[in-house]
Order: sequence, then structure tokens, then C-alpha cells
Amino acid sequence: MTLEVHKDRPKGVVWEDTAVGLGVLALAALVAWQTSIIPENAIYAKVGPKFFAWISAGLLAIMGAALTYEGVTGGWEHEESGETDWRSLGWLLAGLVLNVALISTLGFIIAGSILFVLTARAFGSTQPLRDAAIGFALALVSYVGFDRLLGYKIGTGLIERLL
Amino acid sequence: MIDTLTQLAQGFAIALTPVNLMWCFIGVFVGTAIGVLPGIGPALAIALLLPLTYKVDATAAFILFAGIYYGAMYGGSTTSILLNTPGESATIVTAMEGNKMAKKGRAGAALATAAIGSFVAGTIGTLGITFIAEPVVNLALKFGPADYFSLMILSFVTVSAVLGSSAVRGLTSLALGIFLGLIGIDLQTGQPRFWFGVTELSDGINVIVVAVGLFAIGETLYLAAQKKSDTPPEVIEIKDSIFMSREDWARSWKPWLRGSALGFPIGAMPAGGAEIPTFLSYFIEKKLSTKPEEFGHGAIEGVAGPEAANNASAAGVLVPMLALGLPTSATAAIMLSAFQSYGITPGPLLFTQQPQLVWGLIASLYIGNVMLLILNLPLIALWVKMLKIPEPLLYGGILMFATIGTYGISQSVVDLILLYIIGGLGFLMRRFDFPTAPVIIGMILGPLAEQNFRQAMTISQGDISVLVTRPLSLSLLLLSALALLGPQIWRLMRGRRVA
Repeated sequence: MTLEVHKDRPKGVVWEDTAVGLGVLALAALVAWQTSIIPENAIYAKVGPKFFAWISAGLLAIMGAALTYEGVTGGWEHEESGETDWRSLGWLLAGLVLNVALISTLGFIIAGSILFVLTARAFGSTQPLRDAAIGFALALVSYVGFDRLLGYKIGTGLIERLL
Repeated sequence: MIDTLTQLAQGFAIALTPVNLMWCFIGVFVGTAIGVLPGIGPALAIALLLPLTYKVDATAAFILFAGIYYGAMYGGSTTSILLNTPGESATIVTAMEGNKMAKKGRAGAALATAAIGSFVAGTIGTLGITFIAEPVVNLALKFGPADYFSLMILSFVTVSAVLGSSAVRGLTSLALGIFLGLIGIDLQTGQPRFWFGVTELSDGINVIVVAVGLFAIGETLYLAAQKKSDTPPEVIEIKDSIFMSREDWARSWKPWLRGSALGFPIGAMPAGGAEIPTFLSYFIEKKLSTKPEEFGHGAIEGVAGPEAANNASAAGVLVPMLALGLPTSATAAIMLSAFQSYGITPGPLLFTQQPQLVWGLIASLYIGNVMLLILNLPLIALWVKMLKIPEPLLYGGILMFATIGTYGISQSVVDLILLYIIGGLGFLMRRFDFPTAPVIIGMILGPLAEQNFRQAMTISQGDISVLVTRPLSLSLLLLSALALLGPQIWRLMRGRRVA
């Protein structure tokens, strides 16, 4: 029996994975800093509000250190970033950002339809008009269903006011 | 026993009212659809429907959620068999064997053995819940806060460190979840924690935002970032009959029963997880089969056993959820938060305080299984159509529903921004192979663990040794240590022997 764990891993620093480890360490530092400024109310309870907060900070720190160590000693197995389809991601991000920007002014139905079209584009659709029609119909039906019938509070907007 | 049957009968009286039958049907229908659609699961569906808890009564909501939960198990196998992209991780085995069967023109038989096996296992599992719940409740009544705390530690360790591919990454996810769960006002002292000056955060992050962010936004980003192949995966046509031959029945019924026998107890343990019993079942069936050479090329036992194990373990997960208030899967954790939004605490007292709810729910599981058998065999053509929804439209729709579920909580743009931040995090986690379920479990269970720890400390007057002086608590902690360190020690010892 052989030690298979690191058999065909490239030795040395894998920057991506190291960055993930350092990111977790940074989060641990943030959590620790925020924990230290939680006001402690001395009269109350045996276990104050800080105790579990310190535990989560500590666990994150240990794991961040372990991940960083893994990162500088060959990394771990996962998807390679060379395979990323940045163009698709870009369309999708545009859809998400526009959704946040427009939903409170134009309303869910229009913002949601735009999100639908851009998401479809991100997944390779080449028929924006068809997508817009389907997206608009779906947004309309789900707005009526969820907001009017099921009691979700999706808010109002240009088209919502007409319904 | 007689008592249990009386209560079950009362449960049926509740579950069989037209309104509750309707919720059950909607649940199993939506659940099957969710299971069939690749990339989304019951945790996401239930999270999106959580706001319903403000509108309908608790019994109806849980009948709906349980229907979704069971339905997704059935639907998932259809996708694995016809498309070979497992909708959820525990159906990987079905995807291996069932998809091979389908490619050989035996899709109908594979779907039938999966559906009937799911029905058999689901029913056995529900019987298990019916009769095991009471003993578990009686045991749980002996638990003090210290024991509960240690039980939660065990659960944390198993769901994050033992079940995934890496203990370090699993525990990182868990720690992140615990942190997210701590955000907001500390209920015992009234102190705000981690609110970063954002008013919306002082009420805490809604679990809907986290679940939808990880499971819908993160997943969609992940899939969009993958290079698309020019040929979309093909849905295999069903060419044979969905009525199994005599031989198929003869080769299926034992694996169904064995799978159920494996799945239910493992699912009911505080560790949970459907992966272990499905894989175990697969290897056992391979060993016991008279035709082991067919395994890997479409052996019906390799579909029947694991599918049964998967469903039975899903039923098993409901035992610690209902009787102990201990969720061991992301879906169970979200159901637990639904209980919380009704002000109901799952656990031993649930059975005495809310008998109509619990037994109505259990009875509806029996009914739901029958509905699912009908939905998934005679109506299989409907789900095949659903599988053919083109990806652009499917993910467009998912993101739209994600918006409704999040923005529809309180019309807060801050929630949407948080959703995207967590979605981005989910994307990175998928990319770097971090499990996401421990985040949800840590978020829901973390505050409960804190609460129990505080109660334990109040009772013991601040003496932390209570965790190791109570025999129950001590054994749970020792088990946790064993689960956490055992595999590492084993690896070290194996390594030393080689060197």
C-alpha cells in the first residue's frame, strides 16, 4: 500500500488555493476584531455573547491556517480556473446588478424579465426576443401568484401598478 | 404501541382533509419537479417557500414541505437515469447504473424499479418514523442541556468533517455557517453581534438569503462559468415498458428491502447523510448478485438497492429532526427554521405539545408516497418533458424565483445584495470543492448549540466540567473526537507502516 494522498500533486505553492486559505484567515481576523468590540454586559449570564463568537473566529483561523498550508504544499483537487467562461459570467453578473439597480424603481416584473434575458444569454441563448417574451410572461404570472395570492411582498413598479 | 396507532389514526384524519390532501399533492408535485430539474434540490425549494409560513397554518406548511422533501427524492432518480447528471449527490450510484440500463433500452425498467423501490423504502421509512419516534422521544427526555450540546457537537463533526471529501474544507464551511448564524441580536443578552453598522443585519441574516444564495445564485454562477459543450446532454428516450418483467421483480425486491434496512438507521443517526447507505447498498448488492458481471453495465439490483437506501435514509433524517430538533441535512435545517418561524421547538416536547402537527405530518408521508408512485410511473412522460427545458430558460427561471424568494421577504435591496455576496461565496465554494450543506446546518444549529451550552453552564453554575462528568455527554464528545481524529490517526498509522 502506498501513500496516495499527495502522489500526483505538483509540489510547491498553488497560488489560487493559498489565496483561499488567506481569505479564510482574513475572515477569521474580521470575525475576531468584531468579536472584540461586542459590548459585554457583565451582570448577565454565565456565558456572554462573545464566547461562541470567539469559537467561530478560532475555528476559522485554524482552518484558514490549514488551508494556507495545503495551498503552499501543492493545493487540493478542484476545478481548474483556466476553464472559466468569463463572457458568460459577465452576462450573468450584468443581469444580477441590473436587477438590484432596477427592482425598486421599475418593479420586479421589468427587472426580473431583464434578469431572465441576460441569464438566458449567459447560458448560450441567441434569441433575446423569445427570452424576453417568456421571461415577461413568467414574471407576470409569478408576481400575481406570489404577491397577490400567496402574500409575498414583492413591491410595486411600472407594470405592477396596472394590475 | 396501541397508543401510537391511535395517534397515527388521528394523524390520518388530519392528513385526509381535502385541504391537507391538496397541500400534500402540491408538495409531492413541486418536489418531483424540483428533483427532476438538474442543479436544484429540496433545500432550495423549501427555502423559497418559507415565506408561506406567514400565510398558512403550521400543519399545512409541514405537509407541503415534507411532500417536497420526499418528492425530490423520486424526481432525482428520473434525472439520474435519463440524463446522467445526478440532481443530488446521493443519486450518483443510480446515475452510474440506471443510466447504463437506459442506454441499453431498459429505461422503463430502471425508472420502475427506482420508483417502486422508493415507494417501498419510503413506506418502510415512514413506518420506522412512526414506531421509533416514541422511544427516541423517551430517550431524549433524559437529555440535559449539556447532553444536547454534545450531541450537536457530534452532529457538527459528522456532517462537516466525516461525510465530505475533506475535513478541513468541511469544517471551514461549518465555521462560516456558525458565524452567519451569530449575526444579529443575541437573544439572551440583547447585544448585537457582527452587524457592521448595517441596520438590516442587526435582525440577523435570514436563512432564506443564505440558502438561496448558496444553492441558486452560487450554483448558477458556477454552471455559467463552465465552458459549454456544443452538444447539450441528451435525454434518453424510454423505449421499453414501465411494467417490469417477472425477472426484474425477482431481482429487485430483495435489494429494495436491504436498501431500506441500510438507509433508515443510518439516516436516523445524528450524523445523517444519504451517501454512505447508497454506496454501501451498491456494494452489498454487487456482492450478493447472481450476475455481478452486469454491475457497471446496467444491473437492475444496482438501481433498486441504492434508490431504496436513499429514500429510506431521507425518511430516517426526519427522526432526529422531529424527535430531537437536530437537523442533519441542509433540507432538514431549513425545515427546522420553518418550525422556528411558527414559534415551535422541534424535539421531544413536540410530540406532546403538537400531536396533530406531528401525526398529521407522519400520516401525510404515507399518503405522499402513494401519490408519488402514481406521479412517477404512469405520468413519467410529463417529467421527461420537463427534463427537456433548455438550460437558458431553466436558469433564467431559477434566478427569477430566487429574486422573488429573497426580495419578497421584505422588499429589501440590502437582502438582494447580501444574496449576491453569498452567491459569490457559494460560487467560490463550488469552485474550490467546499461542501455547502454545513454552512446551513451551522447557521441553524449554531445558535441552538450556544443556547444549550448557556443553559448547561447556568445549571452547573459555570462549571464547564459538566460536559465530561455526565456519562451521556462524555460519550457523545468521545464519539465526536473519534469521528474527527480517527481517520487522521488511521492515515498516519497506515503511512508509518509503509515507511
